[in-house]
Amino acid sequence: MFAEMAGYFQNNMDDFLRAIATHAAISALALFLAAAIGIPAGILCVRHRGVQRWVVPLFQALRILPSLAVLFLLIPVLGTGLLPALVALVLLAVPSILLNTVAGLLQTPEFMLETAAACGMTRGQIWRSVWLPMALPMILTGIKNAVTEIIASATLAAKIGAGGLGEIIFTGLGLYRFDLLLAGGLTVALLSLLAAGSVSLLGRLLMRYKYV
Amino acid sequence: MHAIEFCDVSKKFHGSAQNAVDHVSFAAEEGEFITILGSSGCGKTTLLKLVNRLYEPDAGSILLFGEDIADADVTNLRRRIGYVIQQIGLFPHMTVAANIAVVPELLHWEKERISARTDELLTLVGLPPEEYRSRYPGQLSGGQQQRIGLARALAADPKLMLLDEPFGAVDPITRAKLQEELLQIHGGLGKTFLFVTHDIEEAFRLGNRVIIMNAGKILQFDTPEQIIKHPADEFVVSMMRSVQEKERFWRELL
Repeated sequence: MFAEMAGYFQNNMDDFLRAIATHAAISALALFLAAAIGIPAGILCVRHRGVQRWVVPLFQALRILPSLAVLFLLIPVLGTGLLPALVALVLLAVPSILLNTVAGLLQTPEFMLETAAACGMTRGQIWRSVWLPMALPMILTGIKNAVTEIIASATLAAKIGAGGLGEIIFTGLGLYRFDLLLAGGLTVALLSLLAAGSVSLLGRLLMRYKYV
Repeated sequence: MHAIEFCDVSKKFHGSAQNAVDHVSFAAEEGEFITILGSSGCGKTTLLKLVNRLYEPDAGSILLFGEDIADADVTNLRRRIGYVIQQIGLFPHMTVAANIAVVPELLHWEKERISARTDELLTLVGLPPEEYRSRYPGQLSGGQQQRIGLARALAADPKLMLLDEPFGAVDPITRAKLQEELLQIHGGLGKTFLFVTHDIEEAFRLGNRVIIMNAGKILQFDTPEQIIKHPADEFVVSMMRSVQEKERFWRELL
């Protein structure tokens, strides 16, 4: 088995590396888009309670949908390839980022914001200097959940032709090649751990006050 | 010209039948230490928050040094008023120095001036700058945090300080010490202090004049001696009686 794996890596290193690169690129792009949608949407929800009333339940419901279902539901709309995979991954990742942003903002005590206002901060300054920094731990937790979800689900994206490590896994499934399953699966797991670790590290750098 | 003047000010909250602050008029002079005494829900915190416009009055006007605060730019007004609250409200993600520097930063002071001022204030509140400057609020005790809260409020040298039960959450020994220090700070700076408390002893010990509030109205506004000699009504008398009972309790115990 290990000999087989070693053989695979010897003969297919280029394919393997390309699969990792594609997987990482799709995931990174999906995470970026999800954060670019989720964080501002979360802020909007807190600013306007009316928006929150329908956006939050919507995304809570979206969270229940299995990733595979989302992927296949999108095929009739967007076809196959990179774009539908990306859309599906973003849809999957937005809820955890958005809901955590909302929760982080709402858990900031009212007196903190009032103190910031009493110091003479404008609305924008309160958001930048107090409200968002105080919600940051929760937002980063949301991003961490999102990134692990994205990297795991990106495997399924191979099913609709987006490439990535899923291709190796699905080939292994089709051919009953455990070496391929293992190579693909372990790499996905490793990638997930690495990404989650990086987010944690970023958190430690940004929130030094929590670790003194 | 008065430092603060309330002219028939009323404030009612949405969905409430009564005015939280009910036709209040009074004036305080520059350099006074005014304590506002009343039980919870009497409107004393509301009255304080009207001064820095965290609340807007429904009727009446408030003048600071002759200027109607309704005409002032609200952020500029607040940068000229110190504000200290019971929950302290230090920003947890900022160092002690950054917390103290909040208002000077908003006023675009130069860096050297800000750091000199920060060190000066840390010394004033009894915390050695080299040791405390770069700590975070989470590393400080409650009493130390409130000292920083006080330093932050004093940072831009405001003429008026609003303090809302600032020592309500610290232990009795620390509280007595902080009260003493606050009196010294007040004496040395010539600022006007407006200090809200529900603690009679604190109110009478700190204030050169005391406002007694109940149900949104000022029952009496006078020096501690005058209030004790000539209590305005039954409510004030009953407050005095509660102090005497407490005193008797201790005398019997000792």
